[in-house]
Amino acid sequence: MEKNNNKAWLYLLPALVFLAVFMVYPLIDVCIYSIEEGYNSASQTFFGVGAYNYSYILHDPYFLQALKNTLILVAVTVPLSTGIALLISVGLSSIDRLRNLYQTVYFLPYVTNTLAVGLVFMILFKKTPYSDGLVNLCISFFGGEAVDFIDGPYWAKMFVLCFYTIWIVMPFKILILTSALASVNPDYYSAARVDGTPRWRIFTRITLPMISPMIFYLVITGFIGAFKAYSDAVALFGTNLNAAEMNTIVGYIYDMLYGDSGGFPSYASAAAIVLFAIVLTVTCINLLVSRRHVHY
Amino acid sequence: MKVVLKHLTKKFPSRNKKSHEEVVAVRDFDFEIPDGELIGLLGPSGCGKSTTLNLISGLQKPTEGRILFGDEDVTDLPPEKRGVGLVFQNYALYPHLTVLQNILFPLENLRGAERMSKDEMKKKAYEIARLVQIDSLMDRHPNEMSGGQQQRVAIARALVKRPRVLLLDEPLSNLDARLRLQTREEIRRIQRETGITTVFVTHDQDEAMSISDRIVVMKDGVLQQIGRPQEVYDDPANLFVAKFLGTPPISVFSGRVQDGVLCVGRDAVLRVRGVGDREVVVGVRPEGYVLREGGPLCCRLVRVEVMGRDISVVSAHDAAQSETIRSIISAENIASVHGAEVGFGLKPAKTYLFDPETGERILFEAL
Repeated sequence: MEKNNNKAWLYLLPALVFLAVFMVYPLIDVCIYSIEEGYNSASQTFFGVGAYNYSYILHDPYFLQALKNTLILVAVTVPLSTGIALLISVGLSSIDRLRNLYQTVYFLPYVTNTLAVGLVFMILFKKTPYSDGLVNLCISFFGGEAVDFIDGPYWAKMFVLCFYTIWIVMPFKILILTSALASVNPDYYSAARVDGTPRWRIFTRITLPMISPMIFYLVITGFIGAFKAYSDAVALFGTNLNAAEMNTIVGYIYDMLYGDSGGFPSYASAAAIVLFAIVLTVTCINLLVSRRHVHY
Repeated sequence: MKVVLKHLTKKFPSRNKKSHEEVVAVRDFDFEIPDGELIGLLGPSGCGKSTTLNLISGLQKPTEGRILFGDEDVTDLPPEKRGVGLVFQNYALYPHLTVLQNILFPLENLRGAERMSKDEMKKKAYEIARLVQIDSLMDRHPNEMSGGQQQRVAIARALVKRPRVLLLDEPLSNLDARLRLQTREEIRRIQRETGITTVFVTHDQDEAMSISDRIVVMKDGVLQQIGRPQEVYDDPANLFVAKFLGTPPISVFSGRVQDGVLCVGRDAVLRVRGVGDREVVVGVRPEGYVLREGGPLCCRLVRVEVMGRDISVVSAHDAAQSETIRSIISAENIASVHGAEVGFGLKPAKTYLFDPETGERILFEAL
């Protein structure tokens, strides 16, 4: 028995080494940096130890802006994208003809190059000296006033960012949900039909509980993904996100490390820990909720 | 509730897209199920018995023909308006609901005047749970129960709305051998107590014979024979039915009738009247053999299996269509089975003649 245990550790060693070097060590390091005031990675020096870094970023208007942006993004995109993906998946699985075509169409964003997508969104939303963008053309056509979605008011920029995020994450969710729906044994539906169950009740009492593990998975990964959003904002608004008021927490961390005003690993680490705490809290809440509503 | 099927036919479009031939799952079914009886739909897999069940339940629409419950034509009614209870082969219990919630589910679907109060529903659920003896398990989830218990829950769920007809699709196939015996008695008891006309599908002839009031034998979508189990066993309409029913199976020989004598190979075994000279297929039930020294049917002895009350003599005959034939004789005769050869006489009532081409039964009179 003892011998077997030693062997087990030997087999685990490669994985453990990688985890230790690339996960555990950096994690501990970030925690340490976040309480070292004015840490300098070149000279490996710092002034003192304390909560100053946290106090700084929590009073930094750029961080608060990034926090606000991230929270709005999460609160809007996660429920909307999951909900819409569910509707589309249910629709997809209830049609016979052209189903494969639609499935392909919905999956296209997943395999499309990000730059190409950026270009499309530019054509849709960007105001240039030559054109106001396709969306503005539509708005003007219906008698509305053109809005500058890329350099204009905050709500317009936020709308574009949310729209973009939802559109980008949708294909994966649709893929997961259609396969989850397809894996529900049709006998359940037959049984429900024989019992005269109304369609809505079939959906809420049978379909939803049956696919609840998948929905839960999508919500959790959706939350985490949205909290980590950064590249989408860059693709839409360029690298100077602070000026555009469109920064996210991850963007803020990046700026603090490498940006034009960067070189502050302590602030970056503190921001990273704050983000970690938020994600952890949200995930725990998710887990608590799921215990009552997810059926494995 | 009497169930009448009139010229029922169900065709499916072929799965093979190139050929537009239709697959006929059920062909021109015509029979009547008397009120309150337990009917076993019996046949090998793919013979259309489950399709027949789905047609009765309304989950599938017949291509032609009518279905009547009593005097009411239900052919165009959706399943929920027919008043049927259906038990699926895999039970289809909702895994996220408790037993009580599963049984309540059909009641909660009722609307309007049929809608009951919460307490009434619960009372009904417990009433039916007591009938199938699962009232002590009401708070469990289906995955916390044995197969037999799940089966009972499925039956309770199907019965709770007091259906006019109860349909069971292969109700015992997911249970182990011991539980199967127990559960089939259970189904019989529940059916007797409720008096609901019940149709169940099975490929196991033993199962169908043991609990059905009547069995319906099917093959390739065509009805072969209907009747009380013993009648069908004793008086099979054709070779298929004769072969399908009975364990051990009937033994089949090629033979011929010549001048009023039935010959199996070179052995003249019976004198028959009413059959002209012709080739025939001879079927003999295992209990139709009489062990007799110098008996007309002369077989090579392969082995003897002792089963206590009876012995089973396994032997071979050149005219037999299977490698060995099996006969069941009383254990008292065990002493006379010895040597390389064994002679049998045939009981005329357990010997059947069939047409070699069509498999249809040829009736004869024994002398």
